[in-house]
This record gives sequence, structure tokens and C-alpha cells, in this order.
Amino acid sequence: MAAMLEVKNLGISFGGLRAVNAFDLTIEKGALYGLIGPNGAGKTTVFNLLTGVYKPTDGIIKLDGTEITGKSTVEINKAGIARTFQNIRLFKDMSVLDNVKAGLHNHHPYSFLAGIFHTPTYHRVEKEMDEQAMELLKVFELDKEAHYKASNLPYGKQRKLEIARALATEPKLLLLDEPAAGMNPNETQELMNTIHFVRDHFGMTILLIEHDMKLVSGICEELTVLNFGEVLCQGKTSAVLKNPQVITAYLGE
Amino acid sequence: MSFLSYMINGISLGSVYAIIALGYTMVYGIAKMLNFAHGDVIMVGGYAALMMMMNAGAHPLLAVLVAIVVCTVLGVTIEKIAYRPLRNASSPLAVLITAIGVSYFLQNIVLLIFGSSPKSFQSVVTIPDLKLAGGALMITGETIVTILSCIVIMIALTTFVNKTKAGQAMLAVSEDKGAAQLMGINVNGTIALTFAIGSGLAAIAGVLLCSSYPSLSPYTGSMPGIKAFVAAVFGGIGSIPGAMIGGILLGVIEILGKAYISAQLADAIVFGVLIVVLLVKPTGLLGKQVQEKV
Amino acid sequence: MKNKKLKSNLITYGIVLAAFVIVEIMMATGNITSLLKGLLVPLCVYVVLAISLNLVVGISGELSLGHAGFMCVGAFAGAFFSKCMQDVLTVSGVRLFCAILVGAAVAAVFGVLIGIPVLRLKGDYLAIVTLAFGEIIKNIINAFYIGKDSNGFHMTMKDQFSLGMEADGVVILNGPQGITGTPKDATFAAGIILILVTLFIVLNLIDSRDGRAIQSIRDNRIAAESIGIGITKYKLMAFTVSAALAGAAGALYAHNLSTLVAKKFDYNQSIMILVFVVLGGIGNIRGSIIAAVVLTALPELLRGLSDYRMLIYSIILIVIMLFNWAPKALEWRERYLGRFFKKSAEEGE
Repeated sequence: MAAMLEVKNLGISFGGLRAVNAFDLTIEKGALYGLIGPNGAGKTTVFNLLTGVYKPTDGIIKLDGTEITGKSTVEINKAGIARTFQNIRLFKDMSVLDNVKAGLHNHHPYSFLAGIFHTPTYHRVEKEMDEQAMELLKVFELDKEAHYKASNLPYGKQRKLEIARALATEPKLLLLDEPAAGMNPNETQELMNTIHFVRDHFGMTILLIEHDMKLVSGICEELTVLNFGEVLCQGKTSAVLKNPQVITAYLGE
Repeated sequence: MSFLSYMINGISLGSVYAIIALGYTMVYGIAKMLNFAHGDVIMVGGYAALMMMMNAGAHPLLAVLVAIVVCTVLGVTIEKIAYRPLRNASSPLAVLITAIGVSYFLQNIVLLIFGSSPKSFQSVVTIPDLKLAGGALMITGETIVTILSCIVIMIALTTFVNKTKAGQAMLAVSEDKGAAQLMGINVNGTIALTFAIGSGLAAIAGVLLCSSYPSLSPYTGSMPGIKAFVAAVFGGIGSIPGAMIGGILLGVIEILGKAYISAQLADAIVFGVLIVVLLVKPTGLLGKQVQEKV
Repeated sequence: MKNKKLKSNLITYGIVLAAFVIVEIMMATGNITSLLKGLLVPLCVYVVLAISLNLVVGISGELSLGHAGFMCVGAFAGAFFSKCMQDVLTVSGVRLFCAILVGAAVAAVFGVLIGIPVLRLKGDYLAIVTLAFGEIIKNIINAFYIGKDSNGFHMTMKDQFSLGMEADGVVILNGPQGITGTPKDATFAAGIILILVTLFIVLNLIDSRDGRAIQSIRDNRIAAESIGIGITKYKLMAFTVSAALAGAAGALYAHNLSTLVAKKFDYNQSIMILVFVVLGGIGNIRGSIIAAVVLTALPELLRGLSDYRMLIYSIILIVIMLFNWAPKALEWRERYLGRFFKKSAEEGE
């Protein structure tokens, strides 16, 4: 059985700077995988490479056995990768519900003219979307705020909404960029439960970047540590966290 | 011979565009905004000089100085009242729309004071025309002064930016406002200074423009203003030599287009250049690439 | 929620219909000045222009300064059509309907052609390039001569004598003199119908899957791409629909004038429409309607003010922008006017 994500020798240079170099990563289906490393190690750059925001200078990316290297962000999402962002990127002037419905966009099509004339097809498909979106919102306990403007949600809920929106695109692989950033310990604990639930409930494969070691050790089964754009260490979480090289990279000398 | 004289006219008009474009490019480089009202500051400069000469009988040089002072004060005031409050607005369109409002405000306030009929402008240039090749090629005094002014301004400005503390502060603010502030640079002051310089230059451009094309109305500034922005984009926004090259090329293209293609379509050609440049090399001839952070 | 949106839309339609009924009653009872009567069609034209520009500026989030260019294309295409078909289509209502369709279609084609390159740009650059395109359209139409004789159409960019027509030829488009003698088919009722159709298209588009995609790109381009929404397609959709509606408005406008010249469609006209959109509220369709009506009618009705009209507009524009967008002003509003705004904030859009 092919792995969900297979990355070989991925690299990118910005001008003369080698931001990511010889990056290998294999994630099995259904895994909860962590990508950690000090600030500026290139973690978000890896996400941007995986989602086509940057085009890799070299290397291959395979999703579920299909090569997606060099494709556009839109094509990669359609192929099955969805993500969240380190600095939250919601559709802030749209309602919470519409944020999720935007995520459902490609799975519930109707024609431009059906949209203009509000035909019966329009009403039927919109109803389906409403129902599916509400279901997702319930998972994240956002259903009561469905008609709020997204920017009026408290911070923690905005992060959840971003995950819900990503899931609405029905991905095979979900990338979470620092999902617990700016959360208090209670919120983090709640988020850990949610991430577990998402994996189990949707059978999702998840790759996450995180600084919060409690969250990383609590939910990630495997880890890759990135330092100066290169893989420092890879393996089972417990083993990686004991690795002296990793400890040095994190704590300095 | 006519080609040569068109070229000279083009370089002369282009020099005016270059001086105006400097104002755009510096302000855009530092405040990251398109100062739509810049062209109208030129027009105000023209009126200030005209009033000094006509009503006060001042010497042309004094008139130019007064125009510079008036425009500098005007530019700084506009920045403080209309643009600064919007510097951190959530939509980048907010300040552009405000600038459009300022542009119309200036046009209409001048319209109310001086009326809409064009006033004939008395040239500030007193040096005689230059006749070459036995009179077949004539270079007007205005042309000579315009081209010389442009060169002097360019050298002075480049020196200022590279050699003085205030100039270095400008570069720092245009790179990264936050970091510049942390390094103890007065960001508001630096931006105000940029507006002051740009507006002062606009006054000079206004006087030169009206000396070569001696008619002044409240709408005189808007078209040259927009074309100078095209020149700034052409040369690469934020680049001082770029503004100069862009301005002169645009002036030459406009005059040659008028002469050899169609007087009706000269403006269309100028705007066509803008579109082609932005599509082929969006950063302009000398501009640099900026990528959005994800 | 859904019902609330529907109700709000119905109110908008209702306002337009009520205005129509009131004006019709005034006309029937003779309680209308000739000045106001002359303004009725232009009012409808500006309302349609403001709504259509709001689709680009408010819903799609791109500042277009070339809207008058599309109006210009539609006006000339529509007038050209009517001049050619004057003998074939003799019923004025049918002729106007066809002319508006032609104007909209031609403007839509221009919308696509201009939109494809322009929409690759962002922000200020996009704004200035739309302005450039608007000016180019105006300049080119201004330089065109088209005539028709027994051999068919002739065109040139030189002058009307270079058309080389037979003795029976007539000049239709006469360079800077434009098109004269377009049948005056435009009526207030036609204007109101065009407004209603425009509202129907724009409001329904906003409240659809495509409209959601357009708004998501406005709010966050990178996030929209990350959930599989293609940027170009939806930006182009908003731009083209907007151009087509502006073209339709232009065609209506042309049928209200005896002489149509390209010079009128300069960037000042575009900015005028933008002023309606900004003052009515960016993204607020009903606001656009009201602002277009008030700002067109008021200075005409208060003759004494007409000298100050543009000055007043510019001051209002600056003040509104500062009040609505400056972070300090927003803070102040939150603090002192909080209770008026809070409720609407919680309810979302």
C-alpha cells in the first residue's frame, strides 16, 4: 500500500538562500505526524512547497501515489491537500457558515445561470451545502455562531473554523500550521481532542507544525525535526524527543 | 531635422514627467500609496507662481521659490490630514480613494477661486532660444532649462538619499517601517519629509510645464500627473533613476506618437505602454520583486 | 438568516418600484418639473452604473477606475445598432431592448479582453491600468469614423472624407463628433426595468456559489486558492458581469441623447461613479442606489449649489473614508457609538 504522502529530496532556493534542502518525508495513511524545529527552520516553507504556494527547485511530491510536484495550489487542493495558516486567514467579512460553504465549493457544483436565476437546482444544492456545513460546524462546536461574521469570533474559534473550512474540501491530507498558537492550556487541550476526533471520525491523515511540546508529545505519533532547512532527525515521537541533537537544536548549546 | 526636434521636445516633456514621477516614486516607495493628488499639487504650484508674477509683480525666480514653499506646505498638510490616519487601514484601497478625493478637492477649490477659464502663463525662462544648423533646428530656452533642471534634481536627489542621514532613513522606512521605527527612526517625520520633497519638486515641474505649454487651468495637472505615474511604473516604482528613464522615454514616446502616428491617439499610446510594461515586467525597468508572505 | 437576506433584498426591489410609482403619479398629475423629468433616465443610468461598479469594488474587492470605458463601449455599440436598424426595427421599445442587449454583449466582450490581463495585477496597479484602459477606449472611439453606403460599411481613423463612400453613403460614427441622431427611445420605465434586472442579477449572483467564491477571494486570496477556488475565473466573472451591466446602462444613456461623443466618458466619469459606490457604502447595493440618486439629483435640483457640487463631493468622500477606515476613527466609534453598532456586528452580514 502506498503511503499517503511521499516526499523525496525536496528543496527550494530563494536567490542564493537554500531555505529547504534534501527534505524527505513519508506519512502513512491515517497517521498523525508532527513537523517541528526552531524558528526559521523552514517548516512553513515545507507547507508552502507541499501546497504549491512555492514551486520546488528540486524533488518529488507524491500524494496517495500520484505525483503533484509543481502543480498549482488550486490543483493540489483538488488532488486532496488542505491546510490552515500560521496567521489565520479566514474570509473575515463572510459569515461562519459561508466560510465553510466556500470550502464545499468544488464538491457541490451548479451552473452560473442556475446561480443567477436561483433555479430549483440552486435551491436543492444550496440546501445540501447548508446541511453538510452545519454538520461540520457542529463537530467544532461552531454551529451556534453559524451566522456570525467570521472576524467576530474569538481567536480560538477562528482557528477551529479554519480547520472546518479545510475539512470541507474533503482532503486526504490535512496540514495544520501551528494550530495551538496563541491558545491557553485549556484551549490547547480541547484542540488536541478535536484533532484526535478529526483523525478518527474522518479517517484523516494529518501533518502539523507546532511549537507547543505538550501538544506534540501528546498527539503526534511520529516526528520530523527540521533545522536550518534540513532534516535533523526523524522517527517515533518518544525517540525523537530524547535525541540529544534535537535537544541541542532547541535549547542551544 | 524634424525628427531631431521632435526628440528634443520629447526629452523636454519627458524631463517634466521625470520630475513629477520622482514625487510619485518616492511617496510610493515609502508610504506604499498612490498619491492620486500629486498631479493637482503641480497645478497649485503653477497658480502660486502665476499669482506672484501677475499680481505681485515678483521676479520669476522668487515666484518659483514661493511656489515651492506653497506646494511643500500643501503636500505635508495633505499627508497629515488625509493620508496619515489611514496608514494602517485594513483596506489598501481606502487611502487611494481618499487621494482621489483630495485630487478633486484641489481642482474644485482652485476652480472656485480662479474660475475655469485657462489663464495664460508667462514663462519664467529668460534665456534666449538656441538656433542650430542655421536656424533649421531651434531649441527653446524653456527646453534647455527644463532638461538642465531635471539633471540637477536627479543628481541632488540621488546624493541626498545616499549620502545624508535623512536620505538613509527614507531607504530604511521604505524597506521596513516596523524595523526602522525600532532602530529609532522617526517614521512619521520621514514620510512627511518625503511628501515635502515630492511636493516641492511638483512645484518646479508645474512651473516648467506651464512655461513650455503656457496655459493653466484647474485641470492642468491631472493628465500630466497620471502620465507621470505611468512613467514611474515604467521605470520601476521606488527607483529614482527609474523615474528619470521612465519619464524621458514616456515623453519621447508621446511626442513621436503625436507626430508620426496620430495626435488623437497619443494618450492611448502612452497608456498602452503602461499596460504592456505591467504585463511583461510588472516591476518596471528598474524595479525589484516583492513577494507576499504566506 | 436566509430570510433576513431575502427580506433585505425585497426591500431594495420595493424601494425601486415605489420610486417608479411615485414618479408616475407625479407625471400623471402634472406635478413634475421639466428639469426633474429630464433627469429621470440619467438617474436610472447612474443607478445601474453604481450597482455594477459595486460588484467589482465591493464584492470582488478590486478598485476599477475605468467603468466609464465600458459604459462608453455599450453606448456606442447600442447607438450604432439603433442607427443601422432604424428602418428595420420600427417599434421603439423593441429597438431599445435589442440595443441594450447589443451594448451589454459588446461591453462584456471588452470586459473579458481587458479583464484577462488586468486581473493579474493587484491594488493600485490594477486601479491605474483600468483607468488607462478606460482612456484608451475613449481615445480610440474618438478617432474612429464609420460610414455606410450601398457597398456596406467603411471605416477609417483619418477623417470622414477618407471613408471613400458612394454618393448615398451616410456617416454613422463621425470621430470626435460621435454619433448624432440616435432615436430617443429611452424612457423612465425602461430605466426602471433595467435597474430591476441589474438588481436581480447582482443580488442573486452575490447569494450563490459563484458569489461566495468571488467574496472569498476578496477577503483572502491565498486562503481561497488553498481551498481550491481559482482566482482568475471568479475575478473575471465579476468583472465581466459588471462590464456588461455598465454597457447596458451606456446603451440606455445613448438613447436619451441626440448627440453622443466619446469625450464624455473620461476617467472623471469613472470616478464620479466610484464616488456613488463609496458614499453608498462599499459592498452595500442599496446604498449605491440611494447615493447615485441623491448625488445626481440634488445638485441639479438645488441650482445654486451646482458650482459647489464637485467640491462638496470631494469633501464628503474624504470625510467618509477617514470615518470608515482610519483605525483611530474606528476605535472612537467602537467606544462612543458601540451600542449602535454592536448588534449588527454580532448578526454578521
